[in-house]
Amino acid sequence: MTELTDQKQTTLAAIAAATTLDALEEQRVGALGKKGWVSLALKTLGQMSPDERKDAAPAIQAVRAEVADALDARKTALETAALEAQLASETIDLTLPPPAAAKGSIHPVSQVMDELAEIFADLGFAVATGPEIEDDWHNFTALNMDESHPARAMHDTFYFPDKSADGGEMLLRTHTSPVQIRSMKDQGAPIRIIAPGRVYRSDSDATHTPMFHQVEGLVVDRDIHLGHLKWTLETFFKAFFEREDIVLRLRPSYFPFTEPSVEVDVGYSNEGDRRVVGGHGDAEGHDWMELGGSGMVNRRVLEMAGVDPDEYQGFAFGLGIDRIAMLKYGMNDLRAFFDGDPRWLQHYGFSPFDQPTLSGGVGVRP
Amino acid sequence: MKFSLTWLKDHLETGASLQEILDTLNAIGLEVEGVEDPATSLAGFRVAKVLTAAPHPDADKLQVLTVDTGEGDPLQVVCGAPNARAGMKGVLGLPGAVVPSNGMELRKSAIRGVESNGMMCSVRELELGEDHDGIIELPDDAPVGSSFADYHGASPVIDVAITPNRPDCMGVYGVARDLAAAGLGTLKPIAMPQFSASGACPVEIRTDDAEGCPAFYGRVVKGVKNGPSPDWLQQRLTSAGQRPISLLVDLTNYLMLAFGRPAHVYDLAKLSGAVVARRAKDGEQVLALNEKTYTLDESMVVIADDNEVHDVAGIMGGENSGVQPETTDVLLEIAYFNPARIGVTGRKLGLASDARTRFERGVDPAFLEDGLDLLTGLIVELAGGSASEMTRAGSPPSEAKIVAFDTALTARLGGVEVPADEQKRILESLGFTVSGDWPKNGNVTCPLRRHDIEGPADLVEEVVRIHGLDKVESVALPRVEGVARPTATPQQLMERKLRRAAAGSGLDEAITWSFLPVDAAEHFTATDDLWVLDNPISEDMKAMRPSLIPGLLIAAKRSADRGAGATRLFELGRRYFRGPGGMSDERPTLGAVLAGEKTPRGWASGKAQAFDAYDAKAAALTLLEAAGAPVANLMVMGEAGPQFHPGQSATLRLGPKNVLARFGMVHPATLKAFDMDGPVAAVELFLDAIPAKKAGKGPVSFARPGFTPPALQAVTRDFAFLVPAELAAEDLLKAVRGSDKANITAARVFDVFTGQGVPEGKKSIAIEVTLQPQDKSYKDADLKAIAEKVVAGAAKLGAELRG
Repeated sequence: MTELTDQKQTTLAAIAAATTLDALEEQRVGALGKKGWVSLALKTLGQMSPDERKDAAPAIQAVRAEVADALDARKTALETAALEAQLASETIDLTLPPPAAAKGSIHPVSQVMDELAEIFADLGFAVATGPEIEDDWHNFTALNMDESHPARAMHDTFYFPDKSADGGEMLLRTHTSPVQIRSMKDQGAPIRIIAPGRVYRSDSDATHTPMFHQVEGLVVDRDIHLGHLKWTLETFFKAFFEREDIVLRLRPSYFPFTEPSVEVDVGYSNEGDRRVVGGHGDAEGHDWMELGGSGMVNRRVLEMAGVDPDEYQGFAFGLGIDRIAMLKYGMNDLRAFFDGDPRWLQHYGFSPFDQPTLSGGVGVRP
Repeated sequence: MKFSLTWLKDHLETGASLQEILDTLNAIGLEVEGVEDPATSLAGFRVAKVLTAAPHPDADKLQVLTVDTGEGDPLQVVCGAPNARAGMKGVLGLPGAVVPSNGMELRKSAIRGVESNGMMCSVRELELGEDHDGIIELPDDAPVGSSFADYHGASPVIDVAITPNRPDCMGVYGVARDLAAAGLGTLKPIAMPQFSASGACPVEIRTDDAEGCPAFYGRVVKGVKNGPSPDWLQQRLTSAGQRPISLLVDLTNYLMLAFGRPAHVYDLAKLSGAVVARRAKDGEQVLALNEKTYTLDESMVVIADDNEVHDVAGIMGGENSGVQPETTDVLLEIAYFNPARIGVTGRKLGLASDARTRFERGVDPAFLEDGLDLLTGLIVELAGGSASEMTRAGSPPSEAKIVAFDTALTARLGGVEVPADEQKRILESLGFTVSGDWPKNGNVTCPLRRHDIEGPADLVEEVVRIHGLDKVESVALPRVEGVARPTATPQQLMERKLRRAAAGSGLDEAITWSFLPVDAAEHFTATDDLWVLDNPISEDMKAMRPSLIPGLLIAAKRSADRGAGATRLFELGRRYFRGPGGMSDERPTLGAVLAGEKTPRGWASGKAQAFDAYDAKAAALTLLEAAGAPVANLMVMGEAGPQFHPGQSATLRLGPKNVLARFGMVHPATLKAFDMDGPVAAVELFLDAIPAKKAGKGPVSFARPGFTPPALQAVTRDFAFLVPAELAAEDLLKAVRGSDKANITAARVFDVFTGQGVPEGKKSIAIEVTLQPQDKSYKDADLKAIAEKVVAGAAKLGAELRG
């Protein structure tokens, strides 16, 4: 038995000293292999008498277990050390930049158009569109500006040399109002639409571009009046700017296609060099800013669009989209809108995931 | 239109403050565009007396003055005006004052070594006139030390924008009438100067064009003495921004600016025979007062005598018969012209004038005789002479419009309750007369000057604007019960999704001009049928775009010139074509341009990589899928257009004719035409070509077709084929996929190889085929059978399995 104990001690020492899995395997074979000393010791049990065996068997089994456990433990330790060494050798510099994916952006005008659609949809307005190359009937005549009307000359119109089949002069629409006519002709009354889109005036300076964006609003029903117009614009601006302190001022004005005609001003104040919408325009530190034209649709316009003016009446308004985008998001140069400079687009543009929703609010916070 | 407060008060008795007047003007629709208060601009300028004047020791043309400012010791001032002399009174600008004409702030300074404590001012420096020959000389009784603004009686000047429907307010008197109606005071009656007229008018006056000139009234005044106008007149004209010229000219301008009534004065000595309003002859010419010659045609009305045309009627007088300083006998003309005809003539001639502005909008047909008498009276009073009787040819429109009016309409349309009595008061104070069964069935007779009144809505406007639009309360629009219904059309939904998909794939959305330089547009069209503007703002913005790519290329070039590494732009907009009936055909389109470095040089990726045609293809497919196109059914075909690299571009089609998109590398010649360096990839999606999804009938269903992932695992098999070098990989894939549709769920190319081991004229294409077992797992025999079908299918295209 002493011999067995000595062998065990020697083997355990060798296992503890093994630094490689091969050395460890050598010890396993030497002890637990077919011809290993533990295996040989186990074979001796067969030749023993039952009494001898009763004593010897547990002792040999205990040695076997002890050696096997030591082998397992050492194996795990060696493997762990090897893995650690391997991982240590695989260390990389994670301060280096990863491959970059290009980040795209949505143009502020598109974003604001989506915001408009979202707010006005809640008020029951659909979005309508119409051609940008128009004839003068839709752009002027049907809007109560016949050929000799002085207001026509004030529109800085871009003309084409072409004539329509009806002999109409072809031009670039100077406002989104022709969509009123087309929509009423198509759908009749009652109707609630907004019509955002490109419009054109032959005007170019620091604050005017020959192409810009407008949104037209039109509500025609049986008993719509100026009070509804005021509410609609107030409600829109409150939602658009997410401010309850929006104050509108209506001023009498003149547009051939509305009667009465109303200019809409909004109160604002200056914060630094930025105009901030809100507050009463006559209050200390505040002033009024023109937002757009509006009024009750002229009955002649209703007639020309095929709507019975004795049964229906309504209001229309027009707002500059670029302008309200600038007011909301703080751009100060209209010309940059149409320059396609990726630096500007990435700064002022929006993430594609900033889809305006009523629950999330239609504005994108910086 | 500008006028001074003093002038307004000629016609309006009021105790209202300037601010109240401004607020009211805005409130009633006469928008205040600006106010200049000379008390502000002339602050720091005082009446001063020159005590001594001595030559400057070092400058011949300068004098050194001592000036009494009314307080403290006299100041020393250096002055260059030849009329500066001891004993005179003038206007001194003190240090700190700002010279109105040039915005310069005066300072204590040394002029050629002599101290100067201010500036003696000329008329021009204070913007009171043109004179700059010397400093202002004030009368002896001018109080030294007083503010010059007070002494001068300088009155604030109000600039009001008059909308085109209100020619009746294109005179100060009309503005006063509106203010009086709004409760700001009392309108004063027009003060008609007394004069005696004797003898018939010695000049025959006629209108031979009753439609263009329904009325032509005139009168001769003989023995007048023309000369400078009195101060009151000059001040009023100056406040209106008009330069005083001579008494006779100034008086006609005064009549126009004060009463909105243009008139004309002819030098009688230059006229011969009858003076006639008639149609011009084609090609007839006139030298107008602006010293330009205009060629006329038969549609235009002129005033002519036996010899020549003297006046483009209602627009501008002729140079040859205009009054001169020495003029003594004059013919006065007051006429009524057809507004539409004046507008047409003005536009044809490209000639604008204050008279045209008023005539084409419509002057007061009831103010011919009074206007002529007023002008005559002022001339006789200020220039002397004796007036003949008035002579009249024709007559102006005299039938007043009567509008049936129910006062309830004001609330119905205007959204504000205005008591019937107040409505009546407002209308009457504006010159309307009210009769009939007020308030339900009233008749409102409109003053002839109110050409803008067409019907009851216009009367509502009058009532509401005077009553106050601020009294209109907000009223909520009725809304549907419950949650608002969706309103977007399928097209709108598609564009929204597509736009955000494009941005999500790394592209920046640009908005570029709809118009292009003609050559850029022509480069991108196969037809010569572009929409080209008649009156572009510049040559760079002339032709409506037939493609979205050129505008994006121009933007990408600008970007590259600014040093950008990569430019990835897209735009969602319209292309403009010819449609039926001479109208346009505007097609929704997405364009994208990829320029510069797709990947910059990097520590891991090595050299910078440019965009290639597969980037364009990936963008085209991704975006078409987002737009709802059946991407799996598309065919890759050629003919992307001559703007693209012929070997590295393609179209994506649904069927052989319907082109949904084109993509690829931009042709080097195109890059050269746009002055760009390559390579540049581009994509264009023709959204109008994507078939619309059929809308189902009945209520919307959101349910999708049923699907359970197969329980059995899919297996893959690889095949390498030798194929003719020119065979399109897509064709081989289609053949493979089609060879056993029941089992093959996918097939993709994972290697393309030419070179060693591949015979000349051939290439090797390796395909991974995915097989999906349905009810039971494949056995070897099944797989073998499928493989045989694949090989057989590929063989139809000349592909042989590589050994």
